Amino acid sequence: MARIDASVLTISPGRPLRGSVTTFGALVWSGFRRYATYRQATLAGSFTNIVFGFLRCYVLLAVAAGTSGLAGGYRPEQLATFVWVGQGILSVVGIWGWTELSDRIRSGDIAADLLRPVPPVTAYLAADLGRALHGMLTRFIGPVAVGVFFFTLATPVRLQTIPLFLLSVVLAVIGSFGCRFLVNATAYWLHDARGPLILWTLGVGVLAGLYFPLRLLPDGLTAALWVLTPFPGLLQTPLDVVVERDSPPVQAGLVALQAVWACVLLLLARHVQRRAERKLVVQGG
Amino acid sequence: MGELRAYAALLGGQVRSVASYRASFVIELFSNIGATALDVVTVFVLFRVVTDLGGFKLPEGVLMTAISAGGFVLADFAVGNVDRLKTYVRTGTLDAVLVRPLGVLPQLLLLDLPVRKALRLVVGVATIGIAIGLNDIDWTPGRVLLVVVAPVAAAVFFGAIFVISASLAFWWVDSGELGSAFTYGGRDFTAYPITVFDGWFRTIFAYALGFGFVAYQPALALLGRTDPLGLPAWAGYSSPLVALLAAVLAALVWRTGVRHYRSTGS
Repeated sequence: MARIDASVLTISPGRPLRGSVTTFGALVWSGFRRYATYRQATLAGSFTNIVFGFLRCYVLLAVAAGTSGLAGGYRPEQLATFVWVGQGILSVVGIWGWTELSDRIRSGDIAADLLRPVPPVTAYLAADLGRALHGMLTRFIGPVAVGVFFFTLATPVRLQTIPLFLLSVVLAVIGSFGCRFLVNATAYWLHDARGPLILWTLGVGVLAGLYFPLRLLPDGLTAALWVLTPFPGLLQTPLDVVVERDSPPVQAGLVALQAVWACVLLLLARHVQRRAERKLVVQGG
Repeated sequence: MGELRAYAALLGGQVRSVASYRASFVIELFSNIGATALDVVTVFVLFRVVTDLGGFKLPEGVLMTAISAGGFVLADFAVGNVDRLKTYVRTGTLDAVLVRPLGVLPQLLLLDLPVRKALRLVVGVATIGIAIGLNDIDWTPGRVLLVVVAPVAAAVFFGAIFVISASLAFWWVDSGELGSAFTYGGRDFTAYPITVFDGWFRTIFAYALGFGFVAYQPALALLGRTDPLGLPAWAGYSSPLVALLAAVLAALVWRTGVRHYRSTGS
């Protein structure tokens, strides 16, 4: 006679790690598939990235032509690489336009997220990594290919540059996710995160190095931004890594700093989420 | 007269809805000033590194940026929200607008008039003032007229670009960010001397699409400089004509688009 067991079924009870890895992987895959359905928007977005690539590349090359030495320590072909790879990873890192969490908080849908057995920070991170993976496979190649075709780009010469760049992009995605989660989470207290979202959109373009490489600013200011804020880790670090702007130890050090910021942001996101859960009053009916 | 009253009612509703979320509105108002200021700051950062960008000095570069930014904020304030058209087409909200006995475009603009962007206009005008102060302009009646007309013409031009980009949604709903390449991209293009750009890219943006006549040519005319790219001096005064042409084209595209529109039917 079968014994009656009221406990919830667990995937491989002997190996608890396997269950969470499987769940995380499934969430990543779902994030990937979600973005894979917007094929035309992907195409339109790539076109826009390419136009902005031309705009920024010509401006920075003119800056390079106007200086007697190196502009911000970059050779012209390094600046071109900075711009084109930057347009390629822009939608991978995804610094703009994520309001899902704040929308769900405002509408009350967040209640459904809290019922799930996966913590919200983990679930949203997994979906975001899936989104980034889709971006890397579809949005990265277009701008970089156009850049290679129309401009002279710097080719990495160090063996470690490409693996370090890929690691740096993953850390940039995590860092960007952490920031966006925190900005969205202000809706737990404000009900409407529109103000903080606008401030974030405003600040991040400049402070992450999208509008111009941060090295064009005074050295002290650049260093302060790098250490005291997570922003340079979102774009400037992976781009400086891929153009080999610094010596190998500094190159690796920048990625290590980026990793520290990514961890800090995730821990902060988890902390904020827990605080919010304690006071949350679900809106809507 | 009744039509005007209806438009006024739409505008009044917009103002009231904004006023009901005061804290959020104040944050947005001031963030929007920051947005315009940052565009101008980028130009200053680049000129910190170089003394000469595409053959132009900082004050001259700032004059071009100022005309472009001034025109853009005015256009963005008045018609920028038309880029929401793709949401309206997708969700079918446009049907509600079409059945009313009022113009489609004015309704859409008043439905979403971004009151929060109002302070941007102040920044835009202030930037033009600063740019004029930085440059030593030899004032003639023609130039006085041009310094007033050029930003307005730039606004009309950018407005036309906004409408044309948004109209794309009538044919291609999933056009996503495509329009930004020409609206925000156009702003970035006109913020610098076009000598910075090169080859077919410059030819397309400056002459085929007309962005060269938004800020660059008028700035040359104000400064009394000859165009290194060879256009005659009167080209700077042609900016209102180019803007008018763009506006006529935008009106045609918009009308064709509205006639082409078939509701999603849901």
